[in-house]
Amino acid sequence: MSRASIALNRFGYGVRTNGAARPASAADLLNQIERFDPSPAILNGREDTSALAGQIIEQLRTQRRQRRELEQSMAASETGKSPARGRDSNLPPELRAAMVTGHQTVRRDAGLRLQMAVQSDTPLIERLVHFWSNHFSVSYGKPGMSHQVGNHEFHAIRPHVLGKFSDMLKAAALHPAMLIYLDQYRSVGPDAPFQQRRRERQRTQNPTPQYGLNENLAREIFELHTLGVDGGYNQADVIEFAQALTGWTVENRRLRGTGTVQQSGAIFADMIHEPGTRRILGKSYSQESADQALTILDELASHPSTARFIATKLARHFSGDDPEPSLIARLEQDFQSSGGDLASLTRTLINAPEAWTGGSAKFRQPFEWLVSAIRITGAEDLSDRRTFGALQQLGQSPWRAPSPAGYDDLAGSWAGPDALFRRIEVAERFARNAPLDDVVGRAENAFPGALSGPTKLALQRAESSAQALALLLVSPEMMRR
Amino acid sequence: MTNFKTFTANRRSILGGTLALGFGAMAMPRIAFAQSGGSKNLLFVLLRGAADGMEMLAPIGDPGFDRLRPEWNERFADSRKIGGLFAIHPALEQVSSAYGAGEALFVHATATSYRERSHFDGQNLLETGGMEPYASRDGWMNRLVGMIPGETPRALAVAPALPLAMRGSAPTSSYAPSNLPDPSEAFLDRVSSLYADDDQLAGLWQSALETQAMAGENSLRNLRDARAAGELTASLMRDEDGAKIGMIELGGWDSHAGQAGQFSRMATRLDALLGAYRASMGESWNDTLVLVATEFGRTARVNGTNGTDHGTGGAALLLGGNLSGGRIIADWPGLREGDLFEGRDLMPTTPLESVLAGAAAEHLGLDPQAALATLFPGRNIAPLTGLSKG
Repeated sequence: MSRASIALNRFGYGVRTNGAARPASAADLLNQIERFDPSPAILNGREDTSALAGQIIEQLRTQRRQRRELEQSMAASETGKSPARGRDSNLPPELRAAMVTGHQTVRRDAGLRLQMAVQSDTPLIERLVHFWSNHFSVSYGKPGMSHQVGNHEFHAIRPHVLGKFSDMLKAAALHPAMLIYLDQYRSVGPDAPFQQRRRERQRTQNPTPQYGLNENLAREIFELHTLGVDGGYNQADVIEFAQALTGWTVENRRLRGTGTVQQSGAIFADMIHEPGTRRILGKSYSQESADQALTILDELASHPSTARFIATKLARHFSGDDPEPSLIARLEQDFQSSGGDLASLTRTLINAPEAWTGGSAKFRQPFEWLVSAIRITGAEDLSDRRTFGALQQLGQSPWRAPSPAGYDDLAGSWAGPDALFRRIEVAERFARNAPLDDVVGRAENAFPGALSGPTKLALQRAESSAQALALLLVSPEMMRR
Repeated sequence: MTNFKTFTANRRSILGGTLALGFGAMAMPRIAFAQSGGSKNLLFVLLRGAADGMEMLAPIGDPGFDRLRPEWNERFADSRKIGGLFAIHPALEQVSSAYGAGEALFVHATATSYRERSHFDGQNLLETGGMEPYASRDGWMNRLVGMIPGETPRALAVAPALPLAMRGSAPTSSYAPSNLPDPSEAFLDRVSSLYADDDQLAGLWQSALETQAMAGENSLRNLRDARAAGELTASLMRDEDGAKIGMIELGGWDSHAGQAGQFSRMATRLDALLGAYRASMGESWNDTLVLVATEFGRTARVNGTNGTDHGTGGAALLLGGNLSGGRIIADWPGLREGDLFEGRDLMPTTPLESVLAGAAAEHLGLDPQAALATLFPGRNIAPLTGLSKG
C-alpha cells in the first residue's frame, strides 16, 4: 500500500466523497490531533435520558420483589404453578414503555456515532474514540443500559482520547454505564454502615435480602482496562480492590438520598463503602471514601503492565494482528515516559515506521467497513434505523460486544464466509441508492497508488454504475486497510 | 469414575476407589477404530459466560449445598432427582426426558486445565485446546475435522462469525440467517471473478456460496429463537451431504446477580435448542453426538447479590441417540469447606478435555488417545471412553 493510502485507510476511515480534499499524509494525521473537536455541535442537541437507567433498574427490582411475593403466596396456598418466568412476561406498561424508549435512544446514539465518523475531517481521532470505547466496552444488553452506552462514549471516552489515560480510566470505569454493566452498583462492603444497620434490623425483623461484595468490576479493571490478564495481580488483589470500589453506585432507593452525585451521574455513598485501608499489589491505600478507588486507579494507570498492555493493543490495531515487538516497545516507552499522555502516544504511533509497512495490515471490522463505505459512496442521509440494522446484520452493533473484553481485533473474528456474504448483500443494496458518478475515479482517489489492476478492470467492466459501485464496496482494497 | 444410578450421599471414599479402576479400564479402546466417521454427526454447543454447573445439575443431596446456597433446594422441588444427590434444573425439561430415555448424560465436577477466573482466557483455552491462553491460534474442533480420515467432512458453525474453536487450517465456515435481501445472481458472479486473484477472499467466498446453497430458503432472520436455531442447525446437518461437524454458541450465562431468573431463562433457551435439534435430526439422531460445555463453573457459595462469581468445577452435558446415557459421571468431591477448590469453588475432578476428546473420538471412530493428543495436547490425562453404546 502507498503511504497516502495507508494514511487514509489504515489510520483513518477512508476518503469522504462529500468532504473537502485533504492531503493524505503523516503531516495531516499529526494535524488532526490539533483539529479534533471533542464536543461537536451534533452532540449539543442530544437529549440526555441517562437518568432513566436508574428508574428502570428500580422498576425491575420492584417487579422482581412483587413476583417473588406472588410466588411465595401461591406456593403457600398450593394452588398451582408459579407465574411465567420469561423476561418480558407480565411487564408493567411503564417498564415496557421505558424499554421501547431505550431502544430508540441507543439507535439515535449509534446514529450520532456513525454520523460523526462519516462526516469527520479528523478520522484518525474518531477511530481512536472507537478504539478506546471498545477498550472500555459496555453493552446495552443489560436493562437500563440503552440510556447509558452513548453517554459513556460521548462523555467518558471522547473528551479524553488525546488527554491522560488515567483521566479516561477514572471517567470510563466509574461511569454509571460501567457501574451498571459490571454489577458494581449492587456491591456493598461487608462491614459498610449499611450492612451493620441491616444486621441490627435482622435481629428483630424477618430476613431481608442479601447484599454483598461483587468482584466483577474490580477483576475486569485489572484484566481488561489496565494491567492485562498476566499483569501480576491475584485473587486477593481483586477482593481488596472490590472493597475499595464499594460506594460507587447509581441512584437507588436503598441509599435514601445519601451519597454524593458525581459529574458523570454516578453516586458515591459512604453508607455502602467498606471502611479501612486496602492493600493492592503490595501498596497500601488508606484514603477514605471516593478517593480510595480514584487513587488506586491512578496507580494502576501508571503501572508498567498497563503501559505494556495498552501498547500491545494499540499496535495490534494499527500494524497487524501480530504487531512488531519494536512498535510495542516504542509505544510502551512513550506511555511510560509521558505519564500516559495519549496525544503523545498518538504522535509516536504516527511517526513509527512499523505502522507504515507496505502490505495491508488489518481486515476491516464491520463498523469500519460500513463507515468507509458510506464515506466513499456519499450516501450520508441513511436513516438511523437502516444503519443500525445494517450493523446488526454485519455482526457489530455499537456497544453490544459479546463480553466486557469488547469486540475482538483479529482478522479471524471478522474474515468469515458468512460475514463476507453479508457485506456483499449490504453493498448491493447501498449502491442502489448512492450517487453513481465516476466510480473508477473515486476508487483511484480512495486508494491512491494502491488500486490493483484486477479491481480496476472489474470496475471498468461492470454492467452498470451501480454494479461498479457495489463491486468497489466489496473489493479487496475495501476489505482491508 | 462412577455412574450414579443409585447411591446415597456421602461418598468420596466409595467413589475414589472405583475411580482408579474405572478410569484405567475406560481409557482402553473398547471398539475397533476402523469404522468410518463419514455418517456421524457431532455438534458442540458452547455456553459462553460460565454456566453454573451446580444449578444445571444441582447437588441437592449434598449437605453442603444448603449451607452454601441457602434455600436454593426449593428451586428443584419439581425436577428430576437422580440418586438422591442430584437434580436436573426444572427448565431443562427436554434434556431431562432425553436423560430418562437413556440419551443424555451429565459429567459433573469437570473443568479444563485452566485454573484462573477470566471468561476470555477460559473460553480461549476451551476453544483452542491450548494450555496457555492465546498460545494457539486454531481451535480443537478444526483439528478434529483434520483428523477424520478420507474425504474431509463439512464443518459449520451456526453463528454470525466463525468461533475460535472452528478456526484453523481445515476448511470450516459459519452461517447465520440474515434479514438482508438476497444479492442478484449477476452480482454474485462478478464478485467471484473479483476475488479470483485473492487467496483469502476467494476461499471465504467459495465457502460462503456452498453454505448458502445448503441452507436454501428459510424464513429465519436471526438466531434469537432458540428452538428455530436448533431446527436450523439440524436442517444443515441431518442430510447425507450436510455438515457433519457443527457448532453453535449460547451466551448469557454470567450470573453475578439475581441468578435464579437469569439461569432459568438461559436453561429454557438451551432446552429449546437441544430439544428442537434432537427432534429435527430425525433418523440421523442415532448417529449424532452433542457435547455441551462451558468455560468454567461458578463459585460454590452464593454471593452478596444472589448470584455466583467465576469459579472452577462445573458440569458438562452429552446427548445422542447412540449414547449410553441416563447416568451421571462424576468423582464427586463434596462441598465441605475443605473440599472446595481454593475454599470457594467446586473442586474439578474430571478433566473436561478427557470428556470432549474421548466422546468425540469414540463417536467418530478415531483413536481416543491420539485425539486427546491432537485436540488437547500437553496434558497428562487419559480420554474418557465407554460413553456410547458401541
